[in-house]
Amino acid sequence: MSKLHVETSINGEAVEFLCEPQQSLLEVLREELDRTGTKEGCGTGDCGACSVLMDGRLVCSCLVLAAETSGHEITTIEGIAQGDGLHPIQQAYLDNAALQCGICTPGLVVATKALLDKNPNPDEETIRYWIAGNLCRCTGYDKIVRAIQDAAGRLAHPA
Amino acid sequence: MGAYQYVAPTSVDETLAVLKDAAARGERAQLLAGGTDLLVQMRGLDRAARTIVDLKKLAETRQLELGEKETYIGAAICCAELYENEALKARYPGLLEAADLIGSTQVQGRASIGGNLCNASPAGDTIPALIANGAICVVAGPDGQREIPVEKFVVGVQKNALAQGEFLLGLKLKAPGARTSDAYLRFIPRTEMDIAVAGCGVALTLNDEGICTDARVGIGAVAPTALLVPDAAKALIGTSVDDDALAAAGAACTAAASPITDKRGTVEYRRRIVAVLCKRAGAIARNRILGV
Repeated sequence: MSKLHVETSINGEAVEFLCEPQQSLLEVLREELDRTGTKEGCGTGDCGACSVLMDGRLVCSCLVLAAETSGHEITTIEGIAQGDGLHPIQQAYLDNAALQCGICTPGLVVATKALLDKNPNPDEETIRYWIAGNLCRCTGYDKIVRAIQDAAGRLAHPA
Repeated sequence: MGAYQYVAPTSVDETLAVLKDAAARGERAQLLAGGTDLLVQMRGLDRAARTIVDLKKLAETRQLELGEKETYIGAAICCAELYENEALKARYPGLLEAADLIGSTQVQGRASIGGNLCNASPAGDTIPALIANGAICVVAGPDGQREIPVEKFVVGVQKNALAQGEFLLGLKLKAPGARTSDAYLRFIPRTEMDIAVAGCGVALTLNDEGICTDARVGIGAVAPTALLVPDAAKALIGTSVDDDALAAAGAACTAAASPITDKRGTVEYRRRIVAVLCKRAGAIARNRILGV
């Protein structure tokens, strides 16, 4: 069985790859394209560690076939920061100590980006429902929620 | 065992040809919309190679049309696209509440209403809401299109009415008048990210005097398939949808339920809770019409 040739866009860059029909976007990102910022937690769409944006919409990359990305635009954690500095969302996570082991963090940062792009000033309930699909077993979520609120403030009023 | 294949046909005829060819070769083909069930199955108990037929490149499965008399929802439209559509939400607030309850933000960005229906879980949240709204399934097949009322589409646990070579194109719903609305409620022990212990969708039409002239009630997670409960509708029609009528409709839901006991709830509990959900959803639908 010959592999499928897929042309897509990842973090604004045209990317071509070969994949097996059953391979997920997550597998291709990590194992073929060496973009290992996106983490694998459960592999079944429960934990959100593998969250990426597909045409601006938050999705689990483990639940997308790599072949399905043909002609679409993917944004991964590697595409969040612009240039050498951290994105204000990433800085807010650091400053609020919103990460411990860090496995959930790339997915949460991408989820935060998707939320704030859509709703720049979400209330706490909106934030908690939005990130309900991003499991974190370390922080207890409070610091994550505070980091998201802080990031919203930083994006609204850049220093 | 052959190898996995992935195809993304761009027309109904091409899709039907792919399904026919696979059948002729004795190979298994499986339809893909959002993939939130299919990919999990592929990683779990059902890893056998097959041809995956992606339906998202068809105009008919991606179309969303709010006509004067009818609404058409393409089978591959994801839940988030549905509940972000304010005009659609105004027509079927209950159906969109159901779509908004499925899984996480991530899952709602992929999971489709057609997939929720075809996956045919007893606990699928959109199914009772679609039943309440009298949705009609538009099915494409080798002999042309046919239509199936949604309450007849799911025929068993994870079994739908599609024959080999057929696939779901979309759903047709009547455009509601100003005096028609719906609601959907499910019970879960948490606030989010869970599977219904029981669910109930209610759609009502009231006349200018506030008397119910039409009703449909669908229940989920309390039988092998989601069910239409005609006796619950009968208990509401001709009433002002007051507490007594709602209690009678709830009792009809309890009577129609044939649940199982599992880790989510017992038979007794589910039969009881489905009545509570019916009463509350009925009151919400009524209040939506009355604007209170």
